[in-house]
Amino acid sequence: MGSIHIDYNKCDLCEVCLETCPFNAMEIVDSKVVINAACKVCRLCIKSCPNDAISFVERKRQEIDKALWRGVMVYVEHFMGQIHPVTYELIGVARKLAEKINHPVYCLFVGHDIEDRAQQLLYYGVDKVFVYDKEEFRQFRVDIYTNVFEDVINRLRPSIVLIGGTTNGRSLAPRVATRFRTGLTADCTKLDVKGNTDLVQIRPAFGGNIMAQIVTPNSRPQFATVRYKVMEEAKRGNTPHGKVQLMDVDDIVLKSDIKILDIREKEKELDISEADVIVAAGRGIKRQEDLVMLERLADLLGGQLAVTRPLVEVGWASYTRQIGLSGRTVKPKLIITCGISGAVQFTAGMDGAETIVAINDDRNAPIFNVAHYGVVGDLYEVIPELIGRIEEGENGGL
Amino acid sequence: MSMFTFCLVKTYKVKYNLYIDILKGGRGVDILVCIKQVPATTKVKVDEKTGSLVRDGVESKLNPYDLYALETALKLREELGGSVTVITMGPPQAQAIIREAYMMGADYGCILSDRAFAGADVLATAYTLSQGIKALDRDFDLIICGRQTTDGDTAQVGPSIAEFLQIPHVTWVREIKAVDEHKIVVQQDMGDSYAIVELMYPCLITVDKDILEPRLPSYRLKLKTADRPIPMYSLANLEDKDEERYGLNGSATQVERIFPPQENVHQEIWEGTSEQLTSNIFNMLKDKKYI
Repeated sequence: MGSIHIDYNKCDLCEVCLETCPFNAMEIVDSKVVINAACKVCRLCIKSCPNDAISFVERKRQEIDKALWRGVMVYVEHFMGQIHPVTYELIGVARKLAEKINHPVYCLFVGHDIEDRAQQLLYYGVDKVFVYDKEEFRQFRVDIYTNVFEDVINRLRPSIVLIGGTTNGRSLAPRVATRFRTGLTADCTKLDVKGNTDLVQIRPAFGGNIMAQIVTPNSRPQFATVRYKVMEEAKRGNTPHGKVQLMDVDDIVLKSDIKILDIREKEKELDISEADVIVAAGRGIKRQEDLVMLERLADLLGGQLAVTRPLVEVGWASYTRQIGLSGRTVKPKLIITCGISGAVQFTAGMDGAETIVAINDDRNAPIFNVAHYGVVGDLYEVIPELIGRIEEGENGGL
Repeated sequence: MSMFTFCLVKTYKVKYNLYIDILKGGRGVDILVCIKQVPATTKVKVDEKTGSLVRDGVESKLNPYDLYALETALKLREELGGSVTVITMGPPQAQAIIREAYMMGADYGCILSDRAFAGADVLATAYTLSQGIKALDRDFDLIICGRQTTDGDTAQVGPSIAEFLQIPHVTWVREIKAVDEHKIVVQQDMGDSYAIVELMYPCLITVDKDILEPRLPSYRLKLKTADRPIPMYSLANLEDKDEERYGLNGSATQVERIFPPQENVHQEIWEGTSEQLTSNIFNMLKDKKYI
């Protein structure tokens, strides 16, 4: 850590850094270049300065002993004991990370009447499942679940904690990470680990077409929420391994300020993240009515219609159909994107698809960088013709 | 009971409660809304050769998700009385969004701005905001945040603030079911389920998009609030003045490098007449047995 320093003896006010700074954080005040509060410490100004007047001054701080923190812990997300599939994805990645640094894999399972289900987790290659089973834990309540997390971390001192990037996970993770005044990286799409146990966390950043590699260099545990449907899930083995350990807590831990008056399971609604084939519409669609055409194509291919964020924002489609960072992540076998330019917020939600077909009339659209088949053309010509060809084929036998 | 009588009774009830509260010296509910200025476009690119950021438009706007938080606060104030305060952390230019909040109906505003706050991650951002909230001379009953920002996209600052302030929180609120001067009842999205949850003040909620339709800034309020001050707080105004806990120094996470997203190498680009293109797609789909 440290800060950016400007050497005014070297600075000749050439303003190159003002031009370079992507955040407009540099300005001239009283004939001096100063850095304002918009600075994101990206350090591009340092590289840009022709006079080497800008530098990063490192500040030494007391280092922690990383060897005292061992284990990769997975939070078991569930609804009334039914384990959420993101859990198996977290176990999958946790095992890979743990193997590299020779750490054990732990699961934390908080709920009620869950011991049988906890036993099932032993088939997925975890070393220990810590079970906190109390009536009070039947439903997710962020305050007492945080208390449990505090308890288990204090006892075990895991190096890495992985939590699903789900609605509940993204409520719980910041609360626990903050309690330990440690780092949390949101919604990671890739994870790796260094020899010194530093977790390498990769996620799209700055809201733009940029990936950031983030580490938590000097605090433990290292918390990451992980996007659902990105990691490969652990496969169930034939024999169990490891053991389930039942944990007890003090009553004080059970006292919640959150009173649940009623809870009901969502009706099974359309879920694009389960679809094998997706036809996705973007801003190249001119009118809401035109979505019918894409829906028809999706029907013919046995798939679902999905959209990008702008179409949800104008109200043409519901949020449940939105692909992207703020919507769903999908991993279909086939996705056909229509009139989508391919901002990273969108592609981060679909680039795991097996086959990506992109139709766009702009040859330079970034979507063509992720597409396996880039179709440079007018979707208003190609889609109706394609629908015609497929329908013809279906009726071909008659 | 007909709808009409029901409405009448409801209106009467609200008025009656208000009257009772006034008799009891009721003060309504003091609400704080956390807002952020974000880039108006999200088109930031990485120059692949130099690895540096290329900016494309530097216009800023109020984070769209915060509009729902602000609207929720304003509606609650209309119903219960009290006040709405907005707070933001950012460069001095971020005053613009406080102004915008005034034009929508917020009563007070405050900006936390200091170079020492720069380069903050979730932890340091939430800490700075929690310190700023403590520095305001008002005990807030309810803190409302938007679901997430469009630039950071973490959705994690709200819960972190609640932890620093040691108050309960609920995220992804879709609807306010009931509210009075002591507690709030909300419907919360929990992924697989919806929960109706009751929280006593003080507490923090983050609201989902579409909880309410945000109002537009009003011209009348623009004129009325044109001279309303926007206090700016720096590190010196906060209770904890230890620079090590703010900005880059106070951040537990560190960005090691930035790079363009990985691009797919095995690819074909098809150009030509729409007939050719259609045939290409059709044949490929057929080869892969989709049709």
